Amino acid sequence: MALSGLDIYKLLPKTNCRECGFVTCLAFAMQLAKKAVSMDKCPYLSIEAKRTLAESSLPAIKLIAIGEGENKLEVGNETVMFRHEEKFHHPPGLGFIIEDNLDDSAIKKKLEKINQLKFERIGQELKVNLIAIRQNKDKNRFVEVVKLVAENTPLALVLMSEDLAAQEEALKLVGVRRPLIYHATQDNLADFAQLSKDRAVPLVVSAKELELLSTLTRELNNQAVTELVIDTGKKPIAEKIWDLTQIRRLALRKSQRSLGYPVLVIVDADDPYIETTEAATYISKYAGIVLIKGIEVERVMALLTLRQNIYSDPQKPLQIEPRVYPVGQVTNKSPVLVTTNFSLTYYTVLAEVEASKVPSYIVSVDTEGMSVLTAWAAEKFTPEKITDSINKFNVRERVAHNQLVIPGYVAVMSGDLEEKSGWEVVVGPKEAAGIPAFLKNLYL
Amino acid sequence: MELVLERWQQEVSIVTIGATKEEGGTRSYVVRVGGEKTLPFLFPEGEIPYPPVIAFEVWDIAPSDWSTELNKYYGDVFNDPLAWAEKCVKQYQAKILCIRLQGAHPDFGNKTSDEEAKLISQLLKKVSVPLIILGCGDDSKDNLILPACSQATKGERCLIGDAVQDNYKTLTASVLADGHNIIAESPIDVNIAKQLNILISDMGLPLERIVINPTIGALGYGLEYAYSIMERARLAALSGDKTVASPFICFVGQEAWRTKEAKVSGEQGLIWEVITATALIQAGADLLVMRHPVAIEKMNNYIKTLMGVSL
Ligand code: SF4
Repeated sequence: MALSGLDIYKLLPKTNCRECGFVTCLAFAMQLAKKAVSMDKCPYLSIEAKRTLAESSLPAIKLIAIGEGENKLEVGNETVMFRHEEKFHHPPGLGFIIEDNLDDSAIKKKLEKINQLKFERIGQELKVNLIAIRQNKDKNRFVEVVKLVAENTPLALVLMSEDLAAQEEALKLVGVRRPLIYHATQDNLADFAQLSKDRAVPLVVSAKELELLSTLTRELNNQAVTELVIDTGKKPIAEKIWDLTQIRRLALRKSQRSLGYPVLVIVDADDPYIETTEAATYISKYAGIVLIKGIEVERVMALLTLRQNIYSDPQKPLQIEPRVYPVGQVTNKSPVLVTTNFSLTYYTVLAEVEASKVPSYIVSVDTEGMSVLTAWAAEKFTPEKITDSINKFNVRERVAHNQLVIPGYVAVMSGDLEEKSGWEVVVGPKEAAGIPAFLKNLYL
Repeated sequence: MELVLERWQQEVSIVTIGATKEEGGTRSYVVRVGGEKTLPFLFPEGEIPYPPVIAFEVWDIAPSDWSTELNKYYGDVFNDPLAWAEKCVKQYQAKILCIRLQGAHPDFGNKTSDEEAKLISQLLKKVSVPLIILGCGDDSKDNLILPACSQATKGERCLIGDAVQDNYKTLTASVLADGHNIIAESPIDVNIAKQLNILISDMGLPLERIVINPTIGALGYGLEYAYSIMERARLAALSGDKTVASPFICFVGQEAWRTKEAKVSGEQGLIWEVITATALIQAGADLLVMRHPVAIEKMNNYIKTLMGVSL
């Protein structure tokens, strides 16, 4: 946790010797708190003070990387309890558990489907992150399946086995892909610590109780194993929410470094709805990684959309570049529709224009990312603004007609806009869903 | 290890919907919402006396724009609101119904206040669950039909809405006179929610009879705005601001079923409704108005597991 100027001052010699270039130790402390100077400027800092200062500049929740290259997943480094306080930074990894007692062809089929779980939404690509292979049988089968999976997916891997020999074998094959190892427990701590260190792979540590979990991560830290993900095992939903909340609170508010790691949650439910609702719960409430079994497109798309929503920046609505966008094979007879540059609005309109199969121009006015009604109320979507945009984007040169379609919600500005822009205004539907029917009946 | 426990100053107010015979109504039980003493489901930190409740949405006319997926379940009763209501209660075990008087809208049939009041009276006889009554969304029309329905259900302690910032007086006066609760709607804005609650309580309706409609968006359609507004309002409430300490009602069904996803496939719509509801429950939703009977059944299971009831 960041230290205040006064906190730092307490750590300084308080001699005001000026060697740091500041008149007083307090002045220096204030600059340190702002990160405007380096602590090395004071030659008299105690070792203890240096350590405290160094630690305070580390993130409260460590950023952990799993996988390599394009499919690398980074989780952790969160700074707040609630998204409105700033934002949530690293969307939780969503992964799928594959049991090694499935037969090869079933595994391959599953992977094919999982590899295709990619969606585009408001200009962002949404994708799944991990495949976790879980051991049910002997070592050989586990290693065989790890190999099969590695060959058939580019996604980052999680190796789920308590069998040290199996893990070692598997790591010989896929260690370079920096898989996540599941898991160190109270009983196998030394062995798994060694494994994680030798192979330079991140490690899950599990314990039901936070107290024990915290002891285990400290022990691992003492052995220089710090790439950790933590887990509190299978529990009822409300207990899990409690654990996730406490871990986040302790890390952020009490600077409890031993719990300052991303949290893994395994959803082990057979009912697909229970699985999806539980996974959605943990995505909303602080999980760093969520592992599920179900791979149905509808469910995964809903979970990834939720993740995108919760991890969007509340301070900065997603925006697109304001300009004129031709959709389809446009001609100089194509309709011109005006909307905002709020991504959600634009992409919703775009999808409906595409669905209508009527080639059209969409003019996205710079409303600073506000939606139609909000922008209108805030005077960012006014006849003047729309006129400016149309002129700036040279819309006149693109079409041979004089009609401008505006959203139904701002019908009241029609007269004013006609006067200011010189275009004939046509009021479109209020909801984007009405666009296809509207365009088909629009005669220019 | 010392856990981090919040010491909250205040709890969410408890709103009681429905009145039994002993209380001067005719409902067979009451539904209570609110009363949380902490954030969603942090049981070790404070009591959460009542689980979130799902209401079935029923219309007074056959909806023209509902998904064909929903036709499968209600198609046979769309033209008969009484049968529709009864089906929800008998076949789908609805605990509470939300009647939307869409047919009063000038564009959708323009039913009179007498017609609507009569319908509501018949409904009271047909089913004995507590009721939520919604207007048609046309302010001047709602100011006619809602007072009539309020009077027709006097003493039944319904939840009636929506009151908005520039149209709350008529409804508040009726609700106050007839012993009901009110829904106060604000456009994804904590300050307006607060202001409206103050305006309504200034007319004499106690804060304990107000439910906030924060105006939600569906999953993928602005869900996160309502999510954060609800979190902020709830934090303010728990920290001692009485004026936003009301339970939330979220119109999940109407938002989820008008998304593109729901139009593409019934299965997708069902999941969209379920996940929208799940996220809002985690943001503090107390009452959720939903449509798909299977989605509602799944949410009731989810709520039970959340509350620690084994299925
Ligand atoms: S050099 Fe260190 S001791 Fe000297 S004034 Fe600066 S902070 Fe204080």
